[in-house]
Amino acid sequence: MSTPLHIGFIPLVDAAALIVAVDKGFATAEGLDVTLVREVSWSNVRDKLNIGLFDAAHLLAPVAIASSLGLGHVKVPIVAPFNLGLNGNAITVSPALHAAILSEVEGDPFDPMATAQALSRVVAARRRSGAEPLTFGMTFPFSTHNYQLRFWMAAGGVDPDEDVRLVVLPPPYMVDSLANGHVDAFCVGAPWNSVAVDLGVGHILHFVSEILARAAEKVLAIRQNWSEKNPQTVAALIRATHRAAEFIADPQNRAEAAHILAQPERIGVDADVIQRTLSGRLKILPDGTVRESERYWLVGTEGAARPEPVQAAWLYAQMVRWGQAAFSPDALRTAMAMFRPDLYDAAIGRPAQPASVFGDVGAFAGPAFDAGDIAGYLAAFKIGYRKS
Amino acid sequence: MGAEQSPKIVIVDDSPIRAAILKEGLREAGYTDVVHISEMQSLLARIYAFDPDIILIDLENPSRDVLEQMFQVSRAVRRPVAMFVDQSDAASIQASVDAGVSAYIVDGFRKERIRPVLDLCVSRFNAFAKLQDELDRTKSALEERKVIERAKGILMKLKGLTEDEAYVLLRSTAMREKKKIGEIAQSILTASELLK
Repeated sequence: MSTPLHIGFIPLVDAAALIVAVDKGFATAEGLDVTLVREVSWSNVRDKLNIGLFDAAHLLAPVAIASSLGLGHVKVPIVAPFNLGLNGNAITVSPALHAAILSEVEGDPFDPMATAQALSRVVAARRRSGAEPLTFGMTFPFSTHNYQLRFWMAAGGVDPDEDVRLVVLPPPYMVDSLANGHVDAFCVGAPWNSVAVDLGVGHILHFVSEILARAAEKVLAIRQNWSEKNPQTVAALIRATHRAAEFIADPQNRAEAAHILAQPERIGVDADVIQRTLSGRLKILPDGTVRESERYWLVGTEGAARPEPVQAAWLYAQMVRWGQAAFSPDALRTAMAMFRPDLYDAAIGRPAQPASVFGDVGAFAGPAFDAGDIAGYLAAFKIGYRKS
Repeated sequence: MGAEQSPKIVIVDDSPIRAAILKEGLREAGYTDVVHISEMQSLLARIYAFDPDIILIDLENPSRDVLEQMFQVSRAVRRPVAMFVDQSDAASIQASVDAGVSAYIVDGFRKERIRPVLDLCVSRFNAFAKLQDELDRTKSALEERKVIERAKGILMKLKGLTEDEAYVLLRSTAMREKKKIGEIAQSILTASELLK
């Protein structure tokens, strides 16, 4: 008899491992009868997971952490036994803002430090001329997109709370908002950056893999008490998504994976656009200029699927840096403990390994991240933290 | 509501009909200060301008995530807003999620005052869903009747049957194959398209 499961997801490419696990039959092979439920907002996914309408969900890693800590919402302990991928977001700017940044940039325009400093000069010039502050769109207050944008611009001297406006926009509204000037730039996951480029309304400035080498993005989120009551089911789900991640990582399967994801009841955008994302070859300018990075989105390679507690610690540090949470050693422990490499190792039959085996988050600026000294780490940054 | 002032309520809903039904229900219950926002582009600005005590939003609305930004400590926010739901309220969370609506209250607003608003909201949303459902069923029944009429016409022409005989044939085939009569009729239409 197979186990019925309801799993929520948002139509984004990084739900791929979950969608492929179901539509390729990997979940069925593990004895799971999964119904995927497409949702329109992260708030809905979180709430439906919290109250048990979903057994598991495709969830922003910081939302899972916030839920476990009771930040901004009801406290429901969550576990993340599987990373649905690392990285995968990009920063896209309007053609006008791109031109302004390029005219100010000193050095390599693909170097995030150079662009962040250029942005700082653009911001200063706008202030002098009395122009409105630039507006950046991101997907959720507790999101990697929010932290990645903030980390990048703050490295160049732009205070994200003082010098620009950051606004939450649902991903499907991003492209329209850029086109009609409601925002000047955004940070979002695939496929929306590519959609903006294809429509000629946006230029991809950075892949977030240039800002952080290994950023936990979406996790497979499960309520902790449900996970403890259903260990076999959780292990089966980990194996099914793991197999799907390896399937997607194989270049030979990309066309098929893109076709599966493109279905209207899944992501519902053109398979070609999805395939570009899967291969890390993105058109970054409307004139057809392509950039390629193997690190653009990591799924099924380089240990991307293993939820490393250091990644959760970095995300928690960002919550502290930007005033969403006060620092507490207990909260840090809770955040790190909800990433469960032990469940992952056991499910796929690997010998138990130390918590973090794949190294640091690899940020482009600031000191090396030290989960053991978050106050010291944050004190090294000129912007953020002290204000809160 | 006693001597307390009627709370200011914002309804965020793409569906003007559902919003009107809810607004009417609130008005009947004595809540007079109610505004409906359907334009999502400047959602936060409009909410700040109205300065509500309660915000009601439908769960199919992606802009729910935009509201969550209001809970963040930020210079742009004059009054922090708290989510109504808390652990003690599992039943009402369940009821509102089932009905497809979510409620937010501004900090400082007494929690027990939201209860009647939310109950009303849930019942109106459910009433709307029932109406919608009935409408959908009526529509599809109408569609099915059209399909059956056309299938009867084809059978009458091809097999020289009367209208009653054509219907009996459709019905007996449906019973034998354990299918709906509309499905059999549809397959006749499809087959006749293919054989044209």
